[in-house]
Amino acid sequence: MTEIVIIGAGECGVRAAFSLREYGHDGAITLIGAESALPYERPPLSKAMDGTEKPIRPADAYDTAGIDLVLGTDVARIDPEARRVFLGNGVDLPYHMLLLATGARARLFPSLRGCLTLRTDSDAEAIMARLAPNTRIGIVGGGFIGLELAATARATGAKVTVVEAAPRLLARGVPTEIASIVEARHRTAGVEIRTGTGVSSATNRTITLADGETLTFDAVIAGVGSVPNTELAADAGLAVENGIRVDEWFRTSDQRIFAAGDCCSFVWRGTRVRLESWKAAQDQGAFVAAAMLGRTNDGGYRHVPWFWSDQYDQSLQVAGLFDADSPVQQRDAGQDKRIVFQCDAENVLVAAAGIGPGNSVSKDIRILEKLIERGARVDPSVLADPSLNLKRLLRAA
Amino acid sequence: MAEWIDACATDDIEEEDVIRFDHGSRTFIIVRDHEENYYCTDGLCTHEDVHLADGLVVEATIECPKHSSIFDVTNGDVETPPACESLQRYPTRIEGGRVFVEI
Ligand SMILES: Cc1cc2nc3c(=O)[nH]c(=O)nc-3n(C[C@H](O)[C@H](O)[C@H](O)COP(=O)(O)OP(=O)(O)OC[C@H]3O[C@@H](n4cnc5c(N)ncnc54)[C@H](O)[C@@H]3O)c2cc1C
Ligand code: FES
Repeated sequence: MTEIVIIGAGECGVRAAFSLREYGHDGAITLIGAESALPYERPPLSKAMDGTEKPIRPADAYDTAGIDLVLGTDVARIDPEARRVFLGNGVDLPYHMLLLATGARARLFPSLRGCLTLRTDSDAEAIMARLAPNTRIGIVGGGFIGLELAATARATGAKVTVVEAAPRLLARGVPTEIASIVEARHRTAGVEIRTGTGVSSATNRTITLADGETLTFDAVIAGVGSVPNTELAADAGLAVENGIRVDEWFRTSDQRIFAAGDCCSFVWRGTRVRLESWKAAQDQGAFVAAAMLGRTNDGGYRHVPWFWSDQYDQSLQVAGLFDADSPVQQRDAGQDKRIVFQCDAENVLVAAAGIGPGNSVSKDIRILEKLIERGARVDPSVLADPSLNLKRLLRAA
Repeated sequence: MAEWIDACATDDIEEEDVIRFDHGSRTFIIVRDHEENYYCTDGLCTHEDVHLADGLVVEATIECPKHSSIFDVTNGDVETPPACESLQRYPTRIEGGRVFVEI
């Protein structure tokens, strides 16, 4: 009786399944996913748009690891008392422990009904089919997905307009100093950016602005955030709080049910958060596998949230969570690049972000991420000084 | 046929750091760990062909600058995905302050 069932075969569920084996679980592992395709990576969907799917693991890896992969099948209900899951196809399975890795779906407000959204391979196909030289593409939302799509659409020669209600792009989670570079890059590429512009409604062909003006397009895509898939959990009586509520071991309010990835909310440094991050989904998948097997000894989850985005030739990375109300400092990173960071009142480094061509800022951000992980105290004026060797600082921390 | 190539001076690479080494049409990395050991592997990440030389070396591992796959440079194995495939590793030898690699 050691069956482990995982619901959701995305980044998190797949990583958890393989990690369970690596950590020595020898009972059955069933990984159930509603999508039919072999589990694939989502980030390329908005970046490449060349129609090729990148599998998370090769097809034969599941068999080799003894993971029973059930695709194209959703779980309709969980019975926590009987410890069984009921699949949409009528089959039901017992579990000893259960992991919910159900992810999130694209948000779509009723006023935006008819707009395309992007979360899955078939969404990407539908969008790709609309991209061609001189087609007019309207994008509602200046967040990551909308902006990556804008860059990709520009590359096909489409005419792109991005409408964002907030006064600036990437208002959620990215400091102005970085977002302004992103905005400038889009403008140089010929994307029309309308920030501070509310949308009262949109359809598949039009965006009506708050001031009544209606813009017409050949296709309209909404990138206005995502909604965690929590319905199964809520129906099973589990606590939900902006995502399935978990403790520091990613356990839900039921001792035998865990949740991780985009679908869950957890406490990071005193604040309950829900992330939408590829790396976090994987880190949490590996962590929760260990937790399910009782193999995490000390404390809870400590991975620093980390996110990247590619737009044009630029790559942006964010480590930690910025507090929008506190100041950020800049570290002189040389031409074409920018690195900013934030310390709390006690000079503990809490977040860092960088942007530059290719992978030019990665190493610095990675070091800063490690300093954040260690809770390192730094003198902001020293960290801002480009003559400080970050690697040495890390060794000393 | 693999042959021994004089790749760089030992102190061309800082402690716990990496350099890129191109030879013919191929690209490699040479890593110096925290204990004066030198390792050579393929230079491109097996996840998306990104140059690993832009990545961070910690002891005898290198982290890909793009999506953070971590490789153990002593054997090329993936320590942390997303990469699924190991890096090819090549023998190294130190002679007269030079790093030779058999590639
Ligand atoms: C276009 C796009 C680009 C992105 N780019 C980046 C990026 O550049 N950087 C970054 O850090 N992150 C990026 N992300 C975010 C990243 O992809 C997600 O954070 C990550 O996929 C979350 O993994 P997950 O496993 O938690 O959820 P998901 O990947 O959403 O997987 C959950 C799976 O569960 C399935 N499921 C849900 N309910 C059920 C059910 N009842 N029964 C069976 N199956 C079910 C779903 O169908 C889905 O396949 C991007 C996301 C998108 C959509
Ligand atoms: S390219 Fe190296 S991890 Fe993706």
